[in-house]
Amino acid sequence: MQLTNRAKKIDKSEMTLAERMYLPAIAGGMAITLKHFFKKKPTINYPEQKRYLGPVFRGQHILKKDEAGRERCTACGLCAVACPAEAISMVAAERKAGEENLYREEKYAAVYEINMLRCIFCGFCEEACPKQAIYLRHDQFVPVFMSRDEVIYGKDRLVEDMSSRYLREGWK
Amino acid sequence: MSADKIWYLLTALTIVFALAVILVRNPMYSVLCLVLTFLCLSCHYILLNAQFLAVVNLIVYAGAIMVLFLFVVMFLNLREYKEETKSTLQRVAAFVVGIAILGAIVMAVRRLQYPMPSAEKFDIRTGYVEVLGETLFLDYLLPFELVTILFFVAMVGAVMLGKREKGERHF
Amino acid sequence: MDIFWIKAIIILVIFGLSLFVAMYSTWAERKVAGYMQDRPGPNRAGWGGLLQPLADAGKMFFKEDFIPAQANKWLFIAGPCLAMLTALLSSAVIPFGDTLRIDGQEIQVQGIEVNIGILWVFGIVSLGVYGVMVGGWASNNKFSLLGAIRAASQNISYELALGLSLIAVIMMTGSLSVRDIVNTQHGGGWNILFQPLGFVIFLTCAFAECNRTPFDLPECEAELIGGYHTEYSSMKLGFYLFAEYVNMFVSSCVVSALYFGGFNYPFMDKVAEALGNDATGHNIATAIGFFAFIAKALFFVFFFMWVRWTLPRFRYDQLMNLGWKSLIPLSILNIIVTGIGLMFNLRWFSWVAVVIIVAVVAVQAAMKPKAARGILEAAPVR
Repeated sequence: MQLTNRAKKIDKSEMTLAERMYLPAIAGGMAITLKHFFKKKPTINYPEQKRYLGPVFRGQHILKKDEAGRERCTACGLCAVACPAEAISMVAAERKAGEENLYREEKYAAVYEINMLRCIFCGFCEEACPKQAIYLRHDQFVPVFMSRDEVIYGKDRLVEDMSSRYLREGWK
Repeated sequence: MSADKIWYLLTALTIVFALAVILVRNPMYSVLCLVLTFLCLSCHYILLNAQFLAVVNLIVYAGAIMVLFLFVVMFLNLREYKEETKSTLQRVAAFVVGIAILGAIVMAVRRLQYPMPSAEKFDIRTGYVEVLGETLFLDYLLPFELVTILFFVAMVGAVMLGKREKGERHF
Repeated sequence: MDIFWIKAIIILVIFGLSLFVAMYSTWAERKVAGYMQDRPGPNRAGWGGLLQPLADAGKMFFKEDFIPAQANKWLFIAGPCLAMLTALLSSAVIPFGDTLRIDGQEIQVQGIEVNIGILWVFGIVSLGVYGVMVGGWASNNKFSLLGAIRAASQNISYELALGLSLIAVIMMTGSLSVRDIVNTQHGGGWNILFQPLGFVIFLTCAFAECNRTPFDLPECEAELIGGYHTEYSSMKLGFYLFAEYVNMFVSSCVVSALYFGGFNYPFMDKVAEALGNDATGHNIATAIGFFAFIAKALFFVFFFMWVRWTLPRFRYDQLMNLGWKSLIPLSILNIIVTGIGLMFNLRWFSWVAVVIIVAVVAVQAAMKPKAARGILEAAPVR
């Protein structure tokens, strides 16, 4: 009964002396390992060398600002609703007079937290956002953390730094 | 340190280890003490300028036979080992036989006539492997060959004993 | 007294060298393993990972030194010490180089020159099993005991074939001294050219005696957890592992001395002539010979690793069958053939045995009926 064409020919006959002596087979095997010894190694030494991950890689989150440096997020909560892992939580606040240069619209997120242990980097928050405020960077991983306190990322670590803005290839 | 001082030290060590072999309770220690005794004996051979004998003693006794001893001792269940209670009659008999054998050995050693070594006839090459080989293959060729036949017979016997018989369980 | 101190320095250098080479063998082993598996191996500690042995040793020292409650404490400690002792002892009779000429005296670059050198190596190798056995038994652990028993029976079995293959070389030289064996190979007549079969047997047995793959059944982790060193930790374990590398270096030295001419190298007479016959020239020629010897030994260390990362382990019955049913009869055949050759003064005569074996093998392979080859069988249904 042949279901696939992956059937292999198996030689089950008595081995000859040459095969039982192992030595020819050993020499063959050692030639193979020696060939590999001189091969170029495909290893990438990670912290020093980095692989380009592609334009659509989903890495660490960033809360974008607009050209004037105002936060785009209005704390609508759509990202938190979209999040399948329930990693996002936020507290909304009303913009006071004199804060127009900080926040783009009347409402803003006073607290915006992402639990990186829960986050599965699916990118649904990015898709859900109507204000184009949250993105998953393609050029940066969430770094390793040593204690549980470091796991929850607040606004201090999420909001974009105006001196080194995050730009994607298509935006330029 | 001069050679005779080394000799005294070695002899003392040899006797201590040899006594330990029979006095120590744990058979494992006993075997290891026997190995140390053999090592000391090898050192004695080296003092006598017989390196070949020393190393062969090391290979055959310390390296092969004592490993087999150790092998057997390792299989003994030492934790459940109990001193068998011997009857008084047995103890007395053992004591008498031991004393008798000791007396016989002492008598024999006292009767023995040593050919005293003399400085003139002393040959530094006596223990060398070349001299030993010549003696063995020229003067004692027939006994040597007979011993090889004996060993050969013993080997064939061992193979026959070790052979699996028909119908025996196959592991 | 002067010659005493020079000898002491030479012995210290040999001692330090075997430890140093063993230390960097651990690095080289991991590097070779990496390269053969298409990865770079350790490269974080120091340039190219060169500080890795120090890092490993530091790690070993700072780990908990654990002695099991039911273990025999003194024998448990004695085990790794014995392993290390026997590993280091055997390098005493290996001639690392020709003579040094200091103040008109010729001093051999060797621990001690005795007329039974090769037997000394053999004797120490046969004692090497005690470290494993004592340690394995004292651990009071079934797996350790099984590992120790395996090690003992394997070493005893392969010692026989090792000794018998040595005898052919000793017959050709007529001396048990390693220096004499090396000196008779002077001028290109390396023993490998006259003793191909003996070399293969000796090398195989050397693998078994060092407990190296494919014969590393005493520490077969798939069956015995860790074998005889299951219960060991910290630097005691380090000593066991280190002893293996020292053994490897020493057996590489023995192989290159017995079969590859030791400190002889091609055109060495011309080099010595060009360097002149005064003390400096002689000493430089000796140094070149020393490095030639070390290069040969290091090649065999590499060979040991090469084999380890190529071949899988034998099964235990295969190991015993290979030792008793193949290697011992073959080495006896080698002795007989070499003896016949020596009787007619034909040094190359043991090639006859090789040629006959190859011919028989080739004929048998050719006679195999074609129909028997390649029975088509479906792969097991998944």
